[in-house]
Amino acid sequence: MAAHLKKRVYEEFSKVVQLPQEEAPAKKLRLTKPSKSAALHIDLCKASNPTDALQYLLHFARSSVEAESVEGVVRILLEHYYKEQDNSVRLKIASLIGLLSKTQNFNPESILDDTLNTFNTEKSHQVLAQLLDTLLVIGTHLPESLIVRHRLIEVAYKHLSDTYFGVRNKCLQLLGCLGNVDTPLNKDGQGLVPAVIGGSAPGVSGGVCVRDAQSLISDYFADQDPRVRTAAIKAMLQLHERGLKIQQTIYDQACQLLCDDYEQVRSAAVQMVWVLSQLYPESIVPIPSSNEQVRLVDDSFGKISHMVSDGSWVVRVQAAKTLGNMLQVSPHFLEQTLDKKLMSDLRRKRTAHERAKELYTSGEFSSGRKWADDAPKEKVDTSAVNLIASGACGAFVHGLEDEMYEVRIAAVDALSALAQSSASFAEKCLDFLVDMFNDEIEEVRLQSIHVLRQISTNITLREDQLDTVLAVLEDSSRDIREALHELLCFTNVSTKECIQLALLELLKNLTKYPTDRNSVWKCLKFLGCRHPTLVLPLVPELLSTHPYFHTPEPDMDDPAYIAVLVLVFNAAQSCPTMTALFSDHTFRHYTYLRDSLSHLVPPLRLPGRTQAPGVSGIEGSGSVESAQLFLQQSLSRISTIHNLQDPGAQDLLNFTIRDLQRLGELQTELAGAADFSATYLRCQLLLTKALQEKLWTMAVPLCLKHNAMATAAAKQMLEETYKLEFLYSGLENRQVATIHHVRLQAKALQLVLTARTRRGVEPLISVCEKFLQEVESFQRLFVVELPHLQESFVGKLLDLSPKLSACKPGELVKILQTTLRQSGFLNLQLPKQVQRASATIIEPTGESDNPLRFTSGLVVALDIDATLEHVQDPHNTVKVQVLYPDGQSHVIQPKPGDFRSPGPHRHRLITQVYLSHSAWTEACQIEVRLLLAYSSSRLCKAVWSDSSTEGLQPAEGATEGTISFGKPVKVFIMPKPARR
Amino acid sequence: MHLYCLQAMARVPKVLLRDLLGLAVTPGAVTLDVLEGAGQDVGRSCILVSIGGKNIMLDCGMHMGFNDDRRFPDFSYITQQGRLTEFLDCVIISHFHLDHCGALPYMSEMVGYDGPIYMTHPTKAICPILLEDFRKITVDKKGETNFFTSQMIKDCMKKVVPLNLHQTVQVDDELEIKAYYAGHVLGAAMVQIKVGSESVVYTGDYNMTPDRHLGAAWIDKCRPDILISESTYATTIRDSKRCRERDFLKKVHETVERGGKVLIPVFALGRAQELCILLETFWERMNMKAPIYFSTGLTEKANHYYKLFITWTNQKIRKTFVQRNMFEFKHIKAFDRSYADNPGPMVVFATPGMLHAGQSLQIFKKWAGNEKNMIIMPGYCVQGTIGHKILNGQKKLEMENRQTLEVKLQVEYMSFSAHADAKGIMQLIRMAEPRNMLLVHGEAKKMEFLKDKIEQEFTINCFMPANGETTTVITNPSVPVDISLNLLKREMALGGPLPDPKKPRTMHGTLIMKDNSLRLVSPEQALKELGLNEHQLRFTCRVQLQDPHSDPDTLSRIYTHLKSVLKGYTIQHLPDGTVMVESIVIKVSSSAEEPNTKVLLLSWSYQDEDLGSFLSTLLKKGLPSGLSSI
Repeated sequence: MAAHLKKRVYEEFSKVVQLPQEEAPAKKLRLTKPSKSAALHIDLCKASNPTDALQYLLHFARSSVEAESVEGVVRILLEHYYKEQDNSVRLKIASLIGLLSKTQNFNPESILDDTLNTFNTEKSHQVLAQLLDTLLVIGTHLPESLIVRHRLIEVAYKHLSDTYFGVRNKCLQLLGCLGNVDTPLNKDGQGLVPAVIGGSAPGVSGGVCVRDAQSLISDYFADQDPRVRTAAIKAMLQLHERGLKIQQTIYDQACQLLCDDYEQVRSAAVQMVWVLSQLYPESIVPIPSSNEQVRLVDDSFGKISHMVSDGSWVVRVQAAKTLGNMLQVSPHFLEQTLDKKLMSDLRRKRTAHERAKELYTSGEFSSGRKWADDAPKEKVDTSAVNLIASGACGAFVHGLEDEMYEVRIAAVDALSALAQSSASFAEKCLDFLVDMFNDEIEEVRLQSIHVLRQISTNITLREDQLDTVLAVLEDSSRDIREALHELLCFTNVSTKECIQLALLELLKNLTKYPTDRNSVWKCLKFLGCRHPTLVLPLVPELLSTHPYFHTPEPDMDDPAYIAVLVLVFNAAQSCPTMTALFSDHTFRHYTYLRDSLSHLVPPLRLPGRTQAPGVSGIEGSGSVESAQLFLQQSLSRISTIHNLQDPGAQDLLNFTIRDLQRLGELQTELAGAADFSATYLRCQLLLTKALQEKLWTMAVPLCLKHNAMATAAAKQMLEETYKLEFLYSGLENRQVATIHHVRLQAKALQLVLTARTRRGVEPLISVCEKFLQEVESFQRLFVVELPHLQESFVGKLLDLSPKLSACKPGELVKILQTTLRQSGFLNLQLPKQVQRASATIIEPTGESDNPLRFTSGLVVALDIDATLEHVQDPHNTVKVQVLYPDGQSHVIQPKPGDFRSPGPHRHRLITQVYLSHSAWTEACQIEVRLLLAYSSSRLCKAVWSDSSTEGLQPAEGATEGTISFGKPVKVFIMPKPARR
Repeated sequence: MHLYCLQAMARVPKVLLRDLLGLAVTPGAVTLDVLEGAGQDVGRSCILVSIGGKNIMLDCGMHMGFNDDRRFPDFSYITQQGRLTEFLDCVIISHFHLDHCGALPYMSEMVGYDGPIYMTHPTKAICPILLEDFRKITVDKKGETNFFTSQMIKDCMKKVVPLNLHQTVQVDDELEIKAYYAGHVLGAAMVQIKVGSESVVYTGDYNMTPDRHLGAAWIDKCRPDILISESTYATTIRDSKRCRERDFLKKVHETVERGGKVLIPVFALGRAQELCILLETFWERMNMKAPIYFSTGLTEKANHYYKLFITWTNQKIRKTFVQRNMFEFKHIKAFDRSYADNPGPMVVFATPGMLHAGQSLQIFKKWAGNEKNMIIMPGYCVQGTIGHKILNGQKKLEMENRQTLEVKLQVEYMSFSAHADAKGIMQLIRMAEPRNMLLVHGEAKKMEFLKDKIEQEFTINCFMPANGETTTVITNPSVPVDISLNLLKREMALGGPLPDPKKPRTMHGTLIMKDNSLRLVSPEQALKELGLNEHQLRFTCRVQLQDPHSDPDTLSRIYTHLKSVLKGYTIQHLPDGTVMVESIVIKVSSSAEEPNTKVLLLSWSYQDEDLGSFLSTLLKKGLPSGLSSI
């Protein structure tokens, strides 16, 4: 993008030079040039000692230089450069040249020669390194020019043998950024210069040292300085990143570098080996000291696994991360990473995991109560024990046990990536992930729970594993518990005992942390859906029914009972025989829950009960396509209206609005689009009503009532337009223009009404001016859309625009009035996807009759838990409003940390608001609601910044405000007077 | 003669190692090393190292199994009478367990040693507490005499010089030591001892897997000549720690939920802290309310030091101590005797670890009858103790006064050990890359296995000396030599590629060994300094040649022959009837009686030995026919 922009700008720049009539600005450029550089020149000449010169340069570096004067400045800098004795000043000059050549619109090719000349005289290594850095900047800014590249590489090659490491580093960097690998050609037999540039000259003179960048760089893999070695590997990686093919020959060298003494070298080498393993996964490499051969990817996998037990944690993190990216590795090697042969006193011992599995399969439950329970069994053949891990042995076992949590997280992530690509590995790594639930760092625990969820589609949990997983349900961290609920939603279990166990633990969780209610219910819903056959045998027990006796009816408000019912009902959905086991009150409870918790309780086909026809109707025919078609039809029907004053138009609007609203309710996918269109149409309807002909002809005092009605309509229209603009996401420029158009109409209506009711011209003048400004800014913002708006209010207004700005307010009002009434109906084009932002406050529920008591003057914290959907950037826009009964209202901005994002377009707000008030005599309800803050300036920027830059006028016409969305919740509070 | 290679190999110093002591047997009362299975041994560690003429004592441990003189190392091995000061350059203590530092006051105060004793800060802080405690038990309770006193411990501690991690400490001009983190217990360190280019690394006890309160041992690639490693778990590869932790927590959790009481007998330091942290964090995480108690004693003082030396703990504790020091336990409170009868669930840590006496036994007696309760033995128990009996499943215990105690409570065994296992030892070797390996602190049979493995995997020598045995390892130290600048410049002037520090290069010079210093100078300068005249050494040789030509003709024939053979050498035919090849002179003479037999006279100096001998063999073969004289 940036490159594209630059290119475009550059084209424009050169165009300016070419055109003959543009002589004048060119002259102007020349005028400005000396002024800037001259100042610098004078400063530098004034400098009596290096320190002063350095000060001037540092000062100069802070000011910006225009593209036109860069060249001049560089000349002056270079002039001074040759005079300067002090290294540090020359170094600064070199770095300044680099900075300057980055200036936009400047073509650094013009200063290349001068910069290259400096190399001839330079003796200081540091300055040389800086100069090479400057060349790198120039080179990266001119990626197209082959000649430039060639010359730069020549320089790099010449200085590769420098004794100072920094120079060698920079040379390697240059080679990495600019060198070419493919056809190593030489430019017209230029002695020993390697032709690192590909395809430049077809005529190759034979016999000269022809080498490509890769072999040149790989020579420095064995440099004596670790920094140079690192730079060499980085340069090689750079070559790879530029899309050049690296040869396999360096694989051995790279593998040797894995044992380097320095961590940065090892870390880079891990990357290098990985890159090679991705390039040549299938090629065969021999195993040293044996005749066997393995695939390269397996070999490198083994080597990188080895690095997981490196001495430096930086390398360990790198290695663990890299392992996760090696998906082509053979399963045999992969499974080794989890294998660690245990022994005790030279006898083979089974791991705890193996023992658990064995106990489970043998039907005996884990006791672990005997001392010698894990006593080693068979004797190990001493020669067969491999202590130093050859290959991937136990890499993850080590990685997951690492001291640094960074390594552990990296290992968990890698496990996840590998397990997702291999089901058998997923099965194997299960035990290890479950173990991580017990990590000391919460982040690691959370991550491993997430990972387990991601791979849980592939696996079925055993009872003992489920047991360990469920133990975490008592964790005090809400995030952990919710992640675990999420995990349980996706888990498959094998036996009915597992279901029972899970239910039991979830109920325990519910009693310990009542706030988890919704999450637990949701979890049980999925558990029931997934395992209907496993739930079936448990039903009598769960519902505590008895074949002979009536059991007491459970309390319907008990969350635990609801939880059980949710599980049972969801299982019953796909298990028709289950309903036979229900007792009477269960059916009653079903109908109650189906109403109150419809998202958790599915519709059941109950024997002897006919379902409401409407309900079954929706289920049957409600396909998205037909609904979409209906929506389109309704809208096209509307489009037949040309003028809103037409008879029957209002009725049609009314009906369509009704239809759309109903459609939105039935078809959740289209709710956004339907709501959006309905709201828009309602605006139009309001406008039409306000403009009804007969009322406008009456004298003002006669129709006070009508005036009030029209004013209210205008106000409501305005509000609706803001909702339309900011509450819906997925709008295109076209729709925004339409909305703005409606807003303009509303404002015009307001203006006309003001003119009618008020006496005197003075107040009107400013209002008119403001309106005209708005029309103007509308025109500016929606230039592209104007053709579509030809017949509309604005279109007509703009036709008259030259006259408008000149005329008096009275005339303007008249014009507006007629245009408003004559203008046609503007059709709404629906974008592909419109989503309405919505919010649901889960907590507080507003059901509680127990008031929150607190001492007046002090504060009480109210926990708020809400889900937000389709809200963009909720951190900045969502606010909480508290309305007290006396009309006081507070707006609270939640902390950014209070927002979590559990899914795409979904946010969760868990926060606390502090309430306070003076004493009341009775408990009273306060209202808590969520607000969506908007500011039109912000949106303008977001929408038009990429298309046109001149549209950026934030101050003008920026309106800010809030829209309340989601249902408000009422909470009883009771501030008591302080006791004396 | 003046030809010396710069990379002269000198086989001068030797490293002597005497693993003085360390027989098998019972772990004692305070230190603990938890071992799996049976037949382990915890000995006293005391190793003497002689390196580069310096003598260093590594650890000065005590044996808990003996009550007589055998409990201390046999210092008479070093000297029969008199003080040790003149024989030892320094003493280094790796950590505070008594089998590594127990004999320190005895050695320094009773045998007599005034030199420096090095240990890390935490070791220095905790060591005297343990020594004092041990002294109290032996002297005050058992009534032994001829034991060190409190004052002696204090005096001994005054000689201690504290070490920081990764700090290089110069003991004297040549000897330097450096400490590395070893895990194991708080303040445990591995030490690198270096004299010149020779070095030894002593690991003490170390742990390669991190636990809840300590990190893993770490060392850089220091490539020591010898790595002395403990090998307690030479034949064990351990399971991941997480399973054991999880099991432990699950068992405790279940019992507490049932309303039962959990007794965990522990020794005061080390594992106890780990278990405390484990339970503390679990309680915190799970929001549990049941009380946890810790029987007082040594522990409170020790916990205090754990709080202080936070930098020695693991990543998690180090990073979070600003918010909360993990050793400031929220849920763990001091135990009072009366609490044991309180109703409801509780967890109690009590000393000692083997249930042989003290508080843990008292509590056990009270709780043993209830099957809801549980005892978790986190360590190894010596045969004969109650701990050992119940671990083996005995259900009826005979107590004193002929009472029997029925054991109804659940007995669990949970091993938490802080020693490196076989894999860990191999990992350390890979990290340090030693040239030789030496295993101590383990059983011979097990060490044999590990030794084979090490030799096989790393192809380095591995030793496992018995007690009192001396091992000598020949090292390969590089000897630095000063070279005169003139000589170096002259060498540079001769050309050739720039010196590569990784490749050896030969040059000519004279090595002067004088006043303990080595210098490499040019021969002229050496002669001048030593006031000697230069002697020329010339070889002469006669070669008989059958040639029918006259003498000058023969000479010119030789000249053309040599000219054709030796290309690139300066060959001159001098007017005085000689041929000069470089500095070699060739003359021709013939006797009157046999004019056809020519005698060639060759003469060359020592420096041209190669060329001279080549010429003589060449000319012995005769001149080829068909050579024309000029």
